[in-house]
Amino acid sequence: MNELYRLATGPLLWASFAVFVGGSLFRLLELFLLARRRERFLFTYLSLRYSLRSIGHWIVPFATVNWRRHPVLTIVTFAFHLSLLITPLFLLAHVVLWDEAWNVSWPALPDAWAIVLSLIVIAGCVFFFVRRRVTPEVAYVTSASDYVILGLTAAPFVTGVIAYYQWFDVRLFTLLHVVSGEALLVAVPFTRIRHMLFAPLTRAYMGSEFGAVRHARDW
Amino acid sequence: MPETKPKDAPPAVDEGIERGIAGLTEERIRKAIRRVLSGETGARLKAYVDTCIHCGLCSEACHFFLSRDRDPAYAPVGKVKQTLWEMLRRDGRVGPEFIKQARIVASTHCNLCKRCAMYCPFGIDVAYLMLVVRRICHLLGVTPLYIQDTANSHAATLNQMWVKDDEWIDTLMWQEEEARGEIPDLRIPLEKEGADILYSVIGPEPKFQAQLIYQAAVILHVAGVDWTMPATPGWDNSDMAMFTGDNEIMGRLKRAHFETAARLRVNRIVMGECGHAFRSVYDVGNRWLGWSMPPIPIVHAIDFYHELLEEGRIRVARLFEEPVTLHDPCNVVRGGGLHEKARAVVRRTCAHFIEMEPNREHNYCCCAGGGVINCGPPYKKHRVESNRVKAEQIAAAKLKGAKIVITPCHNCHSGIEDIIHHYDLGVETRFLGDILYQVMEKP
Ligand code: SF4
Ligand code: SF4
Repeated sequence: MNELYRLATGPLLWASFAVFVGGSLFRLLELFLLARRRERFLFTYLSLRYSLRSIGHWIVPFATVNWRRHPVLTIVTFAFHLSLLITPLFLLAHVVLWDEAWNVSWPALPDAWAIVLSLIVIAGCVFFFVRRRVTPEVAYVTSASDYVILGLTAAPFVTGVIAYYQWFDVRLFTLLHVVSGEALLVAVPFTRIRHMLFAPLTRAYMGSEFGAVRHARDW
Repeated sequence: MPETKPKDAPPAVDEGIERGIAGLTEERIRKAIRRVLSGETGARLKAYVDTCIHCGLCSEACHFFLSRDRDPAYAPVGKVKQTLWEMLRRDGRVGPEFIKQARIVASTHCNLCKRCAMYCPFGIDVAYLMLVVRRICHLLGVTPLYIQDTANSHAATLNQMWVKDDEWIDTLMWQEEEARGEIPDLRIPLEKEGADILYSVIGPEPKFQAQLIYQAAVILHVAGVDWTMPATPGWDNSDMAMFTGDNEIMGRLKRAHFETAARLRVNRIVMGECGHAFRSVYDVGNRWLGWSMPPIPIVHAIDFYHELLEEGRIRVARLFEEPVTLHDPCNVVRGGGLHEKARAVVRRTCAHFIEMEPNREHNYCCCAGGGVINCGPPYKKHRVESNRVKAEQIAAAKLKGAKIVITPCHNCHSGIEDIIHHYDLGVETRFLGDILYQVMEKP
């Protein structure tokens, strides 16, 4: 077990960071090159002002007609995504690890907060899972991969909470937590979790088209 | 598994499609799909397919989905699933029956209205994806018969309605003569080089609605506009090829149109009340020719009427009395931002204006656009049934008193007329030009 743990927190960790960062950059570069090769005109229409106008509306809860139409979903989506990004970055245990490895540090979240945020992520995954099952238009377009990415996202948080409270075998769950976290990082460039990379770009393009060419709102 | 076909899809009795698929082999299909998916498309397609999180949030944007009791097969993303996702997943290995269904979905279950792009959190453009499917089907020769006929007309005559060159000139002279009965010194100036404005119309105007040319001539004459119309092909600004997926013909049409304007050395092209034609000259056709924006400024009739009224070149003698409501055509509103100007024109010409809800960019499509009405009678029932929400929207405006639906777009005009009849709504449609012509001061 100790061997495995050392492997997971040593070479595997760095490998997963490398894949995450490298893979994400690769995906973005690939898209950029594809656009340059085949649809160079896209850059003609990109407008910073209208990109930001569009992104600005869509990253604020209830700032668009469609967010207002789905209040529960909107609250869950925003709470879920924010917690998902904040928790791993500001968890005390993670901040300490960064400090030990690189001698960099930043303020950390109190543990109680981190637990609440983790529970929000888990609850969000459950919500999305149920929504995929019960909402016909979502069920219709749901494929196995959608459940896989939900599972991948929930895993580090579920195992993290279990390890924190030292339920079951703490060493096992810490190990599972590390490994599932790494799996999630690695999955970003290779699954549709990459919407986190592309969403600002598609939004920016549509925002630019609507703003600069169509003179219309897109929210 | 959810079923993969839309409920109550119309029985396809479309000769164009049936004959098209009769000659298909799997090999040919695969080649066409490959050609489009790895040769003609690029970053947009990739980003849209990769980013879509299958959340279904685009569904409620679509009048098909809303009108067909939330059938998931009519959700924007549901249409992508039935077409592009399958083509991608099976790497182009799909059969003729699949192509038939894909053509029906892409060409008659979507108006390319882009409302869903305003509802998807990522701004995924399902209309673009449906155009990609249409392009593939076009390359395979699988196109609904009626719209293919108009595309053939475009190819042979450069206009949509098989109008012959002399018939065109004849029609203009006929309308000039008619209008001179009302205003004796009126002219429809043909081939006037160096005029300020080229006035262009869609093929159906000379074919079926010549009185619209008469009305426009009166408006332009009274406003003292220095204008002209071409006596050569290139006068038609419409474009069904854009909707069948025949980009090459689209390019020829737009080139002829712009070159005609350039030959006459006009400063601007003013076009009649048509939405799809506006999309073609302002957004799609010009891009195909390599112009990010139209090479010669394009002014839609709404914009032009607004200008004439604002500048006092047209004065209103008495306001239009019957209460009106306004339908926002997708192609000039989500496509051109003319919604406020349209309202300004309505307010200046009509005494009672009642808003439809939702309106402006959020208005529902008429369900005729995107070439759907041009696919003809086999799909008419499906089309009007797929826009129950529009009927409800109009009925609500009627309850508030509206008697007239102003529809400043040809496609919308016909589509809304069909809806009014089918749902027995008891209101009438008018073009903005009809109203303006009626209320303006004339000599
Ligand atoms: S473009 Fe319009 S008609 Fe087509 S799927 Fe989107 S909302 Fe529906
Ligand atoms: S709203 Fe956008 S991301 Fe969601 S299913 Fe529709 S197209 Fe895909």
